[in-house]
Formats: sequence, C-alpha cells, structure tokens
Amino acid sequence: MSIDREMVKRLGILSRLRIPEENMDEMVTELTKILGWVDQLKDVNTDDVLPMNSVVEDMNLREREDVINDGGIRDQILANAPEEMDGYFLVPKVVE
Amino acid sequence: MTDLVELTISEALDGLAKKEFSSVELTKAHLAEMEKARELNAYVLETPEVALERAQKSDERRAQGKAGKMEGIPVGMKDLYCTKGVRTTACSHILDGFIPPYESTVSQKLEDAGSVMLGKTNMDEFAMGTANLTSYYGAVRNPYKDKTNPDKFLIPGGSSGGSAAAVAAGLCMAATGSDTGGSIRTPASFCGIVGCKPTYGRCSRWGMVAFASSLDQAGTMTRTVRDTAIMMGAMAGFDPKDSTSANIPVPDYEKALTGNVKGLKIGIPREYNPDKGLNSDVRHVWESMAEKLKAAGAEIVDISLPSTQYALPTYYLIAPAEASSNLARYDGVRFGLRVDGKSLDEMYTNTRTEGFGKEVKRRIMIGTCILLEGYYETCYLKAQKVRRLLCHEFAEAYKKVDVILAPAAPETAFGKDDDSTSDPLKMQLYDVFTVPSSLAGLPSVCVPAGTSDINGLPIGLQVIGNSFQEETILRVAGAIESMSGMPIRPLRMGGK
Repeated sequence: MSIDREMVKRLGILSRLRIPEENMDEMVTELTKILGWVDQLKDVNTDDVLPMNSVVEDMNLREREDVINDGGIRDQILANAPEEMDGYFLVPKVVE
Repeated sequence: MTDLVELTISEALDGLAKKEFSSVELTKAHLAEMEKARELNAYVLETPEVALERAQKSDERRAQGKAGKMEGIPVGMKDLYCTKGVRTTACSHILDGFIPPYESTVSQKLEDAGSVMLGKTNMDEFAMGTANLTSYYGAVRNPYKDKTNPDKFLIPGGSSGGSAAAVAAGLCMAATGSDTGGSIRTPASFCGIVGCKPTYGRCSRWGMVAFASSLDQAGTMTRTVRDTAIMMGAMAGFDPKDSTSANIPVPDYEKALTGNVKGLKIGIPREYNPDKGLNSDVRHVWESMAEKLKAAGAEIVDISLPSTQYALPTYYLIAPAEASSNLARYDGVRFGLRVDGKSLDEMYTNTRTEGFGKEVKRRIMIGTCILLEGYYETCYLKAQKVRRLLCHEFAEAYKKVDVILAPAAPETAFGKDDDSTSDPLKMQLYDVFTVPSSLAGLPSVCVPAGTSDINGLPIGLQVIGNSFQEETILRVAGAIESMSGMPIRPLRMGGK
C-alpha cells in the first residue's frame, strides 16, 4: 500500500484531524518518507521472535479489592468541562 | 556565603538544618531569580503563592522536627505532571485551562518529601520533540552561549527543555523531567546538568500526561549527582495506581555515591561510534572520560549492540502508535479546548485540528497509519519484535559489563533557526543514543563530562545500567562528575 491523497484523507478522518487541501501533498510526501525510512526494519530477521508490548511483560497484573475508592466528585470533574448542564457533559445534538 | 540560588540541594538541606536560612528565604531567592530570567521562557506558569505557602509550612514542619527528604527545597515541575488546582497543559493548546482535580503521584511524593513547587516548566507539546520548539508557549532559550557566536539563540534540548534551562540557570534547585526517548538526557547534555531516567516502573506514571505509555518514565534534573540521588529517593517507589509500577524497595541512593569505580566493568558499545553522525568534540569527551575511568581502576570493555541502528525506526513506529491511541482522549468534551461544530464529529475534528500543533498531528497521523490493517503487521508488530531483539542484546551485554558508557547526544546544543530544526527526520537523529535504552526500559543518567573544544558548550555522557541498577549508574556518574571539572554552580542570567 502506498500513501496517496486518498489515504491521507482517510487517516485524517480516522484521527479526527482536518488536513487542509494545500497541505495534502506535503503530508503524502512526509508519510511516504517515514514509511520508506522505517522500511529498513525488514532487513532484521525476526523469525520466531514474539512482539514485545512492554518491558515489564513478565509481571502479573495486580488485583485489588473491588471497592469504590474515588467517586462523589462529579462537580470537580465537571469543573473542567468546556460545556456542561445539569451535571452532564454537553455535546452537540446527536439524535434528530 | 554563596548566594542561595547557587547552592546544591545537599548544601541547602545542610543550611536549612543549621538554621542559616529558611525555606521561605530560599524560595524567595528563587522567585526573584525567575523574574530576572524570564527571557529564557523556562516556566510557562509561575506559582509564587503556592510556593510561599508551601515554604512557610515547610519551615513550620522543620521547626517541629518533622523534616522530609527534600524539606524546603524549591523545585520546578514539568508541565506534564498533573498538579491539583494548578493549570496543567503539557504545553498543548488542546489542554487550555485544564486544572487537574488531582495530583500526580510523583509530584505528590515530592510534596510529601517537603519540596516547594515554584511553577510549571516549559516542554515540547506532549513531550514530542528534541529541541523544545513544539511548545504552544514558545521556544526556551538555553542559558549557555556558543563562544563562536554568542548572540545565537540556542535551544535547550527537549522535551524537558524548560526544566533543564531552569536548573542550569538557577531558577530552581532541581526539576522533574520525563523521558520517552531521551527527553531528560538530551536537554541535560545540552544544558550541562545531570538528568536521570530511572528504570521503567521505578517511578509512578500516574497523573503524568501520557505520550507513549510503554516508554514514558519520570525522572530528575539537577546540578549534581548527589542531588539526583536525593531527589530520586523522594520520587521513586511503588504505586498501586500504576499497573506497571515496580513493587521493589527504594534504596538509599546517596549511599551508592562512593566515588569508587575500581573493578567495575564499563562497556563501550562500538555501534555508538559511527563514522558519520557523531561530532568529533563529543567523541573526544567520551574517549577521554573512558581513559580517566580506566585510570581510576575501572575496566573498559569493548562491546557490541548490533541492532542499535534499528532502534530509531523502531522507536518512531512504537511511540507514534501509542501516542495516536493515548491522544484520542482529547475530544473537546471533558476538559481543555473545545472548538464548536455543527455535529459531534465536526466538533471533535475542529477541536483537534486547532488544538494540536503540527508535530503532534504528524505523529498522530503516522501512528494511525501504522495501526491500519495492512501496516499493522509489517510496521507495528515488526517494530515490537525488533524491540525484543534490542532488549535481548542489552541483556547479553550486561552479562559482561556493569554499565555502558555512551554519548547522550551526537552534538552540542544547536541554534533555534538552524536548518535541521525544520526537518523532522533530521531532528529524530538527535535521539539516536538515547532511544535504545528507552526501548529496553533501562536506567540511564546523563552527566556533564566536558565541554566542546569547538564552541565551548557542555557535553554530557550517558551511563546506562541494567534494570533497577540505579545505584551503579549513579556511582559511576559521581566519579565522572568529580573527574570532569564541570561547574556545578548555575549560569545566572541577571548577574548576582
């Protein structure tokens, strides 16, 4: 798969970023360059090597008591909302 | 007596204990110094009220005999740490006006240890950068000057550029940094200070604005290795709120500073000495420090980390992939900036398009791309496999050596308007020596080791250790510090 304007448009939609028409070609070049550069990884033999998600992968995830340890701070949370009403986050109308 | 802003943490703790001065006096001296050095743009938010209130309380605690490990010490806080009631933006427009209702674990631990927050320091937006040029609040100026061109605006390195400049100029006694691919060590090298990225899991990530979660690690920026030991002791430790936090006791790092390197095996990786891509002044400092360590009784061992050249492309796949996912939370609904739109989707898009800077958008696009079906296997999974190989090579190396000595950056601090700063691929090359140990989650401390014979600027070297061997790397860093002849006093802007 190569990078073209259609691909950049798709990536913009997926990442909720608007790529202005005049920057399209720049972005195509940029992504093509990056993918070309990282392509050198194919020279590394990784047969039988498992992907590594984290350097602490041998650690077991801890369990904790299933108790409420925060909560009751609605107003503190909402204080940062750009818009709120009646204790809810407010967003543009979704349902007609 | 030395001016208060010139003291090291360990000297200041002594002075406070002997009642030579109070934390309020120490804090006021730093606030005044910050005012004189605003041209550096090291702080994006000064918090004098918070600072003086905490200093007052600190003096009261000390009077009651309840002094913590950093009692009364004024520190700068990278704007990436959530601070309760104090604006936190990670220097991004999209977090405009965000006032966290909670405190990050690291900043809480520093407060519990008695330290006094002076303000929030400048950084690359979401820690994405090598020069502190992507901050929404503008560039930071390195207090050091290029002797061949003293008027040149030098960058401090990034992403913890504000913290590094503030420590170097005496605008705080120490500052927090964070390191994903070199964000503590590069600015430490460029600003002539000590920067320590501990083992992944050593410090809690809770309350740090996330960039790439499998790599992000909190760390320290100070003027001496002893101060690093003190601050790391206060910051590190297990936190049940971070699932990758290590449940391992925190040793007394100061005890490790014996100055003795006799019998230690120090590895010099030959792949870190390429024909191209390492300036001669940096190579010279590196080689002569290896000689000095040898003279001090250490054994210098030639080692090989063959996959080093693949670390950068690996990093520049893994980090953007994790970032694109982490940064999906900025949607204009719950906090920060909102730019209205006719539909929910349009509001998301308007907010993110306006709220993120160019470099952040670039990395989100790359990350989104390589997580797409068709690229996931060949790019993302491939990078994760190479990451395992890199880790394996380090593990093999540590069977032969105790620490690895390497440059932190391929050159000294460069100019804000140099050609390379406009080319992201060239900028990435500055991370070449820091990224491998980040991918392997290893502790690494960058310590000033000399100056450039070309431009007089500081050059730092990295001491990289095996997992949780912070004591060993600090021991070696302490020896380097004492042999380097580098200044430990700040480079003050407004004169005395």
